[in-house]
This record gives sequence, C-alpha cells and structure tokens, in this order.
Amino acid sequence: MSSKIAQIPLVSGHPEVYEPCDDSFALVDALLADRSSLLEHQPRLCMEIGCGSGYVITSLALMLSPLGSQVHFFATDINLHAAEATRATLEAHDVHSEIVAADIASGLQRRLAGMVDVVVVNPPYVPTPEEEVGCEGITASWAGGEDGRKVIDKILPVADKLLSDKGWLYMVALTANNPSDICLVMREKGYASRIILQRSTEEESLHVIKFWRESVADVNGRQSVASGGTGSWFSQLPFMSSLWQRNESSRT
Amino acid sequence: MRLLTHNMLSSNIRGVVNGFPLGIEAEKVVEREVELSAEFLRGVFPKIEWGALVAGARALGHPDLLPGEADASMLASDDFLRRFHRALLQLHVEEGALVCPETGRRFPINKGIPNMLLHEDEV
Repeated sequence: MSSKIAQIPLVSGHPEVYEPCDDSFALVDALLADRSSLLEHQPRLCMEIGCGSGYVITSLALMLSPLGSQVHFFATDINLHAAEATRATLEAHDVHSEIVAADIASGLQRRLAGMVDVVVVNPPYVPTPEEEVGCEGITASWAGGEDGRKVIDKILPVADKLLSDKGWLYMVALTANNPSDICLVMREKGYASRIILQRSTEEESLHVIKFWRESVADVNGRQSVASGGTGSWFSQLPFMSSLWQRNESSRT
Repeated sequence: MRLLTHNMLSSNIRGVVNGFPLGIEAEKVVEREVELSAEFLRGVFPKIEWGALVAGARALGHPDLLPGEADASMLASDDFLRRFHRALLQLHVEEGALVCPETGRRFPINKGIPNMLLHEDEV
C-alpha cells in the first residue's frame, strides 16, 4: 500500500527553502488524524498558502487520493525557490497540485473567492523584528513580526474570502501568537474553531487550529461540542484559555 | 499551469481595474492524462468564465476543442465533458507568460509555475 503522507527522502530541498520541521510534521499529523472527516467532506478544491518544500500539500494530496479527480489542489508561495521545490516534491510522489508564486493568494483570491473547501497554512509565526517580514528567500518562511502575527493577520481575511460555505481552515500557531485571539478574530468572521493538535517541542509550543463556518458546525455532529448551548466555540473557550495559560506558565 | 488556474488568475497590479482574463503566451505546452470526474466538472462549471477558457485553449493550440458558448445543459453530453475536461485539466503551459490585459505587464511561467509576484512599485 502506498504511503498516505510525503516521504522525507523524496522532499525536494534548496538552501533558501524551509525544510519540513516539527511544525510541518504537526500540521500533517493533524490532517492525518482528521483524514476520514476530510474524505467524507469531499472537498473539490484545496489550497495551501505558503507551500515551502511541498511536504504538506503533497501529503494532503496523498491522503485524499481516494477521491481521485473529484478534488484538485492549489499551492502558493512568496518564494520562487519554494514553488519549484514543491513541484519537484509533488512529482516525486506522483501527485499534482497547481502552483503559483504569489504573496498569500494575490492574483487568485478574486476569482477563487468562495470556492476553496480546505485551506491549510503553516504561516511564518516566529516573533521577529518587523523589517524581517516578507524578506526574500527563507526568512519569509518564518519571520512573523510582532508576536509573530504580522503575516497570520494578513492571511486570515484572505482565507475567509477563499473558503466556501463548507470550507475548513487548518492553521499552525504558537502560544506566542495568542491562539485565543486568532480564534476571536475568526469568530468575528463567523467561524468556530478547535485546537486539533497541541504539541510542545524543546523550542516552541505548537498548535494546529481548525476553523469552520459556524452554521455548518450544527449539521456536522463530529464538529459539534456535546454540551451545545451557546455554540461550540464559546463552550470551548474556558478549556482553551486554561490550556494556554498552563502552557505559558510551563514555559516560564 | 492548467487552464483551470488561468481561469482563476487576475492581474493583481495596483490600479488595475479588471485584470481578467490574462493573455497567454505559450512556448511549451504539454498534455497529461487525468481521470475524468463528471462530478468535479459539473461542480466547477458555474464558476468558469467560458470565454476565457475558450481563449486559453486557442492560445495553447486547440482552437476547435471547445464550443464558443456553453450552458449547463451541455454537461449532460459525454463529448462535451471530455472536451471541457481536456481543456480545463489536461493541458499545461510549462513555459511562457501571462499578460495583464490592461497594462501589458508579463508574468513569466517557468516549469509550469506562473510568477505573480509584484515589484514594490506595483503593490
């Protein structure tokens, strides 16, 4: 049986391209854990913003291969070397995604608005000086500006615009990015959210957050929180904030 | 770059009002067999700008592949689905450029990847 995720030896590399690392593995593990939901969801178009080496989009394409040609993929990166590495990684695994060298989804977001059923993002989330954000080459893959939120805060409205009514967003974030605030920003756009993976490494506390439009949550039992009441996101909020506080205190 | 992608791309230069559709200068076109999914084609059809797809197929050397106009009733025809599928998903521009319809600015396509990155004075 062929592998469900990309194989590291087949991932293309370049000195100016971010190699698959703990955050990439966390995102792919979270997607893999959610794979049966994704297959049931039957997305038509999936998109990765910031595809880097191509490890994540290749893994997603492999995971969803039972859907055959019912689903097609787009991937973007601001770094042309990354776009080329992604192409090589996809080819090495015999899967296809369209690739566009673009800043977030610039050039695509107008026509693709409301069409994308799954968006995945491992954004540049590392807190850095503002001037490092969007630099050429590999720096763009991690430099996130103040609180690591500079690029995340640009991606969120774009993801909202791209996502279809049944759209799901998977995003990696650090504790330092203030995930509860990211959820609040998306809450205001009508999204419920859940941390589907939380993992502490030596260097960082990683979260993978899944977002979906609240109206859809009601018809998707898997997504709903049993306690119901005021809505899934609110009912999770006390749990989430206590989790983050614990993480913060364990880091200090 | 598939024509599906071409159909979703607009010129994103500051000041451009209607950057769609982009012109295509195709230097190298390849065709790759893809399994046909009628479900995908029927789902995506309402979102496709047909005129841009026809122009794209023509630019890729297939002027007779698609009918000049199309409506949803044609999706019942297997012949139409095969033609639509071939144009949308099987033809790839490997080398060439996309051209902004308003400014003439060229966006190069290398190794099948359109480069939509803008210069600082275009953002």
